[in-house]
Amino acid sequence: MKHMQTPSQTVGPFFHYGLMVEQDQNVLYDEMTRGQRIHIKGQVIDGKSQPVTDAMIEIWQADAGGHHNHPSDPNQAQADPHFKGFGRVDTVHNGQFLFRTIKPGRVAYDAEADQAPHINVRVFSRGMLIHAYTRLYFSDEEEANKTDPVLNLVPADRRYTLVASREDTGELPTYCFNVVLQGEMETVFFNP
Amino acid sequence: MQELPRVLTSLDWNVQPPYLHAPYKSTVLRSPQKPLIPLPQTLSELTGPVYGHENIRPLDNDLTKNAVVNGEPVGERIIVVGRVIDEDGRPVPNALIEVWQANACGRYIHKNDQHPAPLDPNFTGAGRVLTDANGEYRFTTIKPGAYPWRNHENAWRPAHIHFSIFGTAFISRLVTQMFFPGDPLMPLDPIYNGIPDENGRKRLISEYAHDITEPEWALGYRFNIVLNGSRMTPFETKDA
Repeated sequence: MKHMQTPSQTVGPFFHYGLMVEQDQNVLYDEMTRGQRIHIKGQVIDGKSQPVTDAMIEIWQADAGGHHNHPSDPNQAQADPHFKGFGRVDTVHNGQFLFRTIKPGRVAYDAEADQAPHINVRVFSRGMLIHAYTRLYFSDEEEANKTDPVLNLVPADRRYTLVASREDTGELPTYCFNVVLQGEMETVFFNP
Repeated sequence: MQELPRVLTSLDWNVQPPYLHAPYKSTVLRSPQKPLIPLPQTLSELTGPVYGHENIRPLDNDLTKNAVVNGEPVGERIIVVGRVIDEDGRPVPNALIEVWQANACGRYIHKNDQHPAPLDPNFTGAGRVLTDANGEYRFTTIKPGAYPWRNHENAWRPAHIHFSIFGTAFISRLVTQMFFPGDPLMPLDPIYNGIPDENGRKRLISEYAHDITEPEWALGYRFNIVLNGSRMTPFETKDA
């Protein structure tokens, strides 16, 4: 007999002192980590285009070789021991967030195909009874994006909401990824 | 050909709350409204951060001690225990549980909480614990007070403890709230009532646990948690 899933409830407005205690959870690499260092910046926006200042973003990604340091990854042995792959951040400053991470490699989709480089993203907030799932792709991976089996499930006119645009104005490549919770430019969210 | 991990069940929308639940007013502008896209379960979804004892400090599971400055925190001392299992009844070991809550007066230590109830200098209301090999956890805290908010006239949240749980996979994540049996504020709470199913709502009410209660020390409560389980359909490949 199946047990019933425990229902979700909102993270509420006061999660910071429970979940943001450790410093620098938005920095995923150390000096030993392999791969191209990148920044990911963005803003969480509500249905009236206002910044959401009490959201939390969590990310999960593969290492530079496309592997995860997790027992379900058949190539765990090859995963970078200096990369955990998880990060989280709040949006207290005007709805904005920043991650410092590395560009992920391509993760296998099945026995034959690979996925385009991507980062899995979860969005939590006061006013969300359950978190939302989305994915971040990279604007400089145009060829890989074209054949990505997950991106291809998304209606063509909405795919742009998942593609972070690269800026080269700073020291490191910076990818801009806004999370629009509602409205004309609503980010594509997934049902896992 | 590589071996692929077991496929997990999806969110059960008969039990999980919808994004839009108008009585909870903040959902109105923060609820995605376009159709969700079904997400295939690839290695990206079936893996997740791995936690261990190195992530837990000695007093993390005792909120009555982990913020002491000059005395004991005020309020009713309680012990909360429970088991994290999946839908198939299998224990989830090494799940990281983070909790946060208001103090006995219903005041959060967060700087944005303007409720004019006293702060407790000896209580922050934050803790963490790892489940053991049987999926079991235990922490000690103070029973939180009811908390006023501005969702509607005379709105009060029932006493609750926030829970954040990392299961084994990216898609096993759960953030929820634990309530206390017999709280008269629950039928009036639009957050609790955002859960569509009555049995689902009941899953969030802890039960009084006399076997956990310690004489002349603390009352016990039990709060079991169920994460998604295995799906029987095989992993789909393009050859299937």
